[in-house]
Order: sequence, then C-alpha cells, then structure tokens
Amino acid sequence: MATLARLQARSTFLAQQYYFRNSVVDIFRKKEYDAAVKIQSWFRGCRVRAYLRHLHRVATVIQKCWRGYLGRQQYQLIVKLAFCSMKMNLYNAMAVRIQKQWRGYRIRKYCFNYFYYKEYLRAVSETNDAIREALEEFAEMKEREDKKADLERKEKKKGYEARKMHYLLSTKQIPGIYNSPFRKDPDPWELRLQKAKPLISQRPKVKKISVSVSNWPAYASPQVLPQPKILPPIDRKPCQGPFRDITEVLEQRYKPLEPTLRVAEPINELQAAREELRKQECMRNIHDDMFLPFSSYNKNKKYIPLMHSSSKYGPDSYGSQHFRDENPTKWLCNKEIKEDKI
Amino acid sequence: MHSFTKDRSPRTPSGKEGVMSLLRPLLLDVVPTIQQTAALALGRLANYNDDLAEAVVKGDILPQLVYSLAEQNRFYKKAAAFVLQAVGKHSPQLAQAIVDCGALDTLVICLEDFDPGVKEAAASALGFIARHNAELSQAVVDAGAVPLLVLCIQEPEIALKRIAASALSDISKHSPELAQTVVDAGAIAHLAQMILNPDSKLKRQILSALSQIAKHSVDLAEMVVEAEIFPVVLTCLKDKDEYVKKNASTLIREIAKHTPELSQLVVNAGGVAAVTDCIGSCKGNIRLPGIMMLGYVAAHSENLAMAVIISKGVPQLSLCLAEEPEDHIKAAAAWALGQIGRHTPEHARAVAVTNTLPVLLSLYLSAESSEDLQIKSKKAIKSILQKCTYLPALEPFLYDAPPNILKHVVGQFSKVLPHDSKARRLFVTSGGLKKVQEIKAEPGSLLQEYINTINNCYPEEIVRYYSPGYSETLLQRVDSYQPLIN
Repeated sequence: MATLARLQARSTFLAQQYYFRNSVVDIFRKKEYDAAVKIQSWFRGCRVRAYLRHLHRVATVIQKCWRGYLGRQQYQLIVKLAFCSMKMNLYNAMAVRIQKQWRGYRIRKYCFNYFYYKEYLRAVSETNDAIREALEEFAEMKEREDKKADLERKEKKKGYEARKMHYLLSTKQIPGIYNSPFRKDPDPWELRLQKAKPLISQRPKVKKISVSVSNWPAYASPQVLPQPKILPPIDRKPCQGPFRDITEVLEQRYKPLEPTLRVAEPINELQAAREELRKQECMRNIHDDMFLPFSSYNKNKKYIPLMHSSSKYGPDSYGSQHFRDENPTKWLCNKEIKEDKI
Repeated sequence: MHSFTKDRSPRTPSGKEGVMSLLRPLLLDVVPTIQQTAALALGRLANYNDDLAEAVVKGDILPQLVYSLAEQNRFYKKAAAFVLQAVGKHSPQLAQAIVDCGALDTLVICLEDFDPGVKEAAASALGFIARHNAELSQAVVDAGAVPLLVLCIQEPEIALKRIAASALSDISKHSPELAQTVVDAGAIAHLAQMILNPDSKLKRQILSALSQIAKHSVDLAEMVVEAEIFPVVLTCLKDKDEYVKKNASTLIREIAKHTPELSQLVVNAGGVAAVTDCIGSCKGNIRLPGIMMLGYVAAHSENLAMAVIISKGVPQLSLCLAEEPEDHIKAAAAWALGQIGRHTPEHARAVAVTNTLPVLLSLYLSAESSEDLQIKSKKAIKSILQKCTYLPALEPFLYDAPPNILKHVVGQFSKVLPHDSKARRLFVTSGGLKKVQEIKAEPGSLLQEYINTINNCYPEEIVRYYSPGYSETLLQRVDSYQPLIN
C-alpha cells in the first residue's frame, strides 16, 4: 500500500513526467518542425524572390526601353516647340524693330515733323514781318500822298486867292498892304501877288453838277433843267423893231455849207481817177516794162498772118478806126452829136 | 403851286394826311417841273418818318408813281425812285407793299437807263427793299436785278458803284442761294478789282459785299479767295477809315472760319499779323471781327494756333480783354484766348505768361459781367488750365479760385509735381503746399486724390509741418512733456 500511495502520489508526477518526456520530444519536434519549415520556407522564398527579381529586372528593362522611347518622342516635340517659339520670338523681335523704326519715321515725317513745323513757323513769322513792313510802307505812302494832295489844294486855293486879290499889289507910288514900308521884307503874299496873273471876272460857269441822289437842293433849282441848244449872245440888248428872231438869224447865218454833188467832187476828178488806176496797176504789176515780145521776135522768120487778117474781106474798121456807125439811114435822129466839153 | 411844293421841300413834316392829299394831284400835273418837285417832296417826307411813308402807301400814290416811272424823263424817274427808296427803307411791310404794286420791274427797267443818276436811284431803292428779309431779296432777284447791278458796278461813276455794291451786299446777305445768284452773275471778279479803288466809302461797300457772299459756305468762300483778294485786302486793313478796317477784318474772318485750309491760306498770306496790327490800332466795336478772326484761326488746329501765337496775337488779345469796356468784346477776346490755349501745354504756357488767367478769373467771378461773358471766360479758363503746366501762373489760382476751378488747378499740380524736383521746392517755398493742405475735400473725391498725390511727393514731416493746426499740436506736445530731471 504504501507503494501504491507512493505510486499514486507519483502517478500524477509520473503522468506529468510521462507527459513532459513526451512533450519534450514534441517541443523539440515542434521546434525542429518549425525550424525545418522555416528553412524550407526561407529557401522557397529565396527561390521565389530570385525569380521575382529576375522578373522585375526583365520588366524594368522593357519598361525602361519603352519609357525611353516615349520620352525621346516627347523630347523631340519639346525641342521642336522650343525651336519654333525661339524662331517666332526672333521674328517678333525683328518685326518690332522694323515697326519701331517705321512708326518713328512716319510720325516724325508725316504726322509731326518737328523740323518742318519749326521751318513753317519761321516762314510764317517772316511773312508776317514782311507784310507788316509792306503795310507800314503803304500807310506811309498814303499819308505822304494825302499830305501832298492837301498841300497842292492849299497852294491852288492860295493861288486863286492871289489872282483875285491882284489889285492889292503894291505899285511904285503906293505900297500895297502886304508891302508896308515899316517891314524889313515884304510879306510872302506880296510875292505871290506879283507872280499871279490878274483874274478877269467872268460869269461863274454853269457847273456841271453830278446828278446824284444826294444833290437834291441843286437839282431843285431850274438851272439844271433842259435848255435850248443855241444860246443867243447874252449881252446884246433886244433890238427894237420888226427884226427876226436872233436865233433864227444866227442859224441861217451860220448854216453849214451843203454843196451840190457836182461841186462836191474835185475838178480833176477824172485825171485823179486815172492816176489812181495807174497806181493800182503799178502796185499789182510784177515789173513796169512794156510787154516784151516773144523770144522768136529776132529770129526773122517769115511772118504768116492770120487768116482773119489776110482774107480779102479784112477786118471791119468799125470798132478800131471809128466808133460810130457811118450809115446815116440807121441813125435815130438827123443831127450830129457834138462832144460835150466838160 | 410850284412854290407851294417847294415850301414842302425842307424836311420838317406837317399834318400827314393832308399833305398826301395835296401832293397827289400835283403828281398828275401837266407841267413836268411840278410833277418832279412833287415827287421830290413826297420822297423827302417819306424819308423822314415811317408814319409818313405809311401814309404815302395808304394814299395810293405808289401805283401812280410806278406807272409814270416807265414813261417820264430822267428827272422824274430819279424823284420817283427816290420816293420808292424812302418808303421801302423803313420796314418789311412797306417794302412788301412796294413789291406788291409791281415797282420792281419798273425799277429794273430804270437800271438800264442811260443816266447814271436814275440808275443810282433805282439801285438804292432795290438795295433798301432787299435789305429786310430773304423773301424780298428773292423778289428783287426774280425781277432780274442782279446782272444789271453787276453792270452798274462797272460804270465809271463812283456814287453809282457804291450804291450798286451796297445793293449786292444786301441781296446776298440773306441766304446761300441768293449769294450764289450774285456770284453766277460774275460779281466777284468786278468786286475784287475795285478793292484797289482809293475811295473809302466804295471800299466799305465792296468789302461788305464780299464778306456777305463768303460767309455762307466753303465753296463761296473759296470762290472769293480765287479772285485773288489776298494780299490786296491786307492793305485795306491799314486804311484811315475805321469802317473799311472793320469790313476788311469781317471779310477775312468769314473766309477763315470755314475750314482749316482756308485759315492756312490766310496765315500763309500774312493775314494774322495784319489783323493783329489792325486790332492794335482800333478801339471798340471795330476790333470785334478781328478778335473773332484770331479765335477762328486758332480753333482749327494747333499749328494754326501756334502761328497765331508767333504773330504776337496773344499779348494783343489780353490787352483787348483788359481795356475794352464792352462785355461782348471781352467775351469774344476770352473765347479767342481759350481757343488758342487749349491745344497743348506750349500753347497754354504762351497764354499764361501774359498774365491773362487772373483777368479771366476776375471776369468770371465778377457779378457785373454778363452771363455770356461769364460762360465764355469759364470755358476759356477750364480749357487752358487743363493743359497748363506753367506753375507760376497756376499758383495764384490756388488762393482765389472757386471750387470747380480749384479741382483742375490741383489736378494740374498733381500731374506736374511728381516729375520735377525744382518745381516741388518752389511749391513748398511759395506757400502752395500750405494752401493745398488747407483745402477741404470729401474723401474719395477726385480732389482728394489729387491732394494725396501731391502729399505723396513730399516726406511725411514736411506734410505734417504744413498741415493746419500743426503749431497747436506742437504746443500740446510741449504741455504734455515731462522734463528730464537729472
């Protein structure tokens, strides 16, 4: 019994020991198993990883080539674009330069040409000065003319007055009023009077008044109304007696000559007409010599007369020798006609 | 009867209706002298007073006159034409009455008469009728008067030429069509030739006729210019007679006002200098067309305005502005100065150096100036100020100007000061900055912006120094200062 009790007491311990001794193996079994698994898994993992690595490498190469290709394409595009934009920038810059030059030129030449403007203003001011001078000269000239005209008028007036006052001229016996003995020199009027011709007092002429609207008072006077043409001499008293009207008498006395036609012509009218005719012919002739004979004149050829002049019936003497018909039976009247001596 | 009518000849009128009824039968008298004297008496009476003229019309005398005008001798024709002229000159209604009784045709027939006195009387009657309005002028033209008037101008008698020229001037002044009719009759060449005639009254009428023709349109003005009136017209500006000068400057003004090319022509012929001298030698209303001419020339373009400036027009205009008593002449001078100065800063400077801006300002502000003068001087000031960069002239404006002008002045300062250091210094030393600080402006308004721009040109201390009330702030600081006790 005691052993049973001890065995029973040790049975749990035994059980535990049995369990432990078995489980140790399990533990190691587990450990070893785990280690084996680990080793295997590690190896498998290495294999797979190597494979993956290989795959990665290959994929990388492919992708690398492909991406290089794509990239190169992009790059060419970029380069092209950059080149185009550089070109355009250059062109733009050049165009800007040209436009800048042209615009400056255009504005300076056509829109606002400073030098031309300055020239123009200078020309305007010169013209202004010239015009001012010319106008001043003109004004001066007019003033001078006016003054001259004024002086002339005054002179004329004084001359006329001197002529009217000629009787105030001093004589040897009586000194005139302008030649007072108490003065050193005679008054200038005295000299003027000496120079002037005495004025014969005439009746003031019927002045030809310019017939204008502003001259009405003159118009209203009867002087300017129509008057008869031949005025009788004014200072003749009308004669007493049955005399004819002086106007008529004068008209008849001074009637202009009305000659007859015969008297009106000159006495040598015929000769003058002949001379005239001769002169006209002289004018028209090419030379004044008589008509020269033909060149065969001196050639002493036998003259062959015309049939008309060599027939026995000959030329009629009427028309060359006598001009009057000598057949008295044909006369109209019996008397002979005498020539009229003019 | 003869002496009775002669008693009526002096100009004093007596009982109107009675006189007409007395004179009317005398017109039908057998003796021609009595007829003529009666007509003369009627003319004198009608000439004196428009009531008497109306009485002549009402007394039914006109048809009789017109009828006998056609038949009688030249003295009667003259007297009758004189009556028609005397009646027609008072008012358009009386002139219309003359036209209605068919006088125009007989007057035109009188224009063909041999006697120059008859022609003169007929021409003056036609001129007085045509003077009133366009319809009467048209009636005169329709009666065929214009070619005959042009023939009358060519006659040797000076009085006839004068009256024919004045009649043409009266006809062409109403409308372009009438002026064209006168031009078509070939008047311009003859008028232009006679500018050289020494008689001053004739020159007056000729220049007036040419200016009435040229004023209507560019074509007519060009035709007048083609008749080669320049530079002969400039000699008329030196004439002794005031009205010749006035009419000559009117003619040049009418030509220059249409287009820049015509103004250019006038400038190139030296017209501006001549007109400036003419302005200097006249006074009063005679100057007015010359002043307006300078304004018109300068208004077209800046080159022409510069041409006016170098011809010494600006000092002359400012003299006119200062010394003329009449408001309308001052208004014209102010307008002309505004036209000259409004183009560029150089032009505005040329106007400003003559010290006209204060004068313009005083005219604008004075209560005695007419409205027209105030408006014109205000416009002139505004237009000159907007271009003026000549600061010494602008400074007085800071002190006196009303707010609407002050805005422009401060604006100009704000444009000029940021770029010019000497001007800034001068601005401070002359007290302008101080004045600007004292201006009260609403925040956000244009004036406030300008003031800010000006203040930004200066350092902070200077602005504070000149701001109003700075001495008080300094004293306050003195009050609140604790002295250092060692």
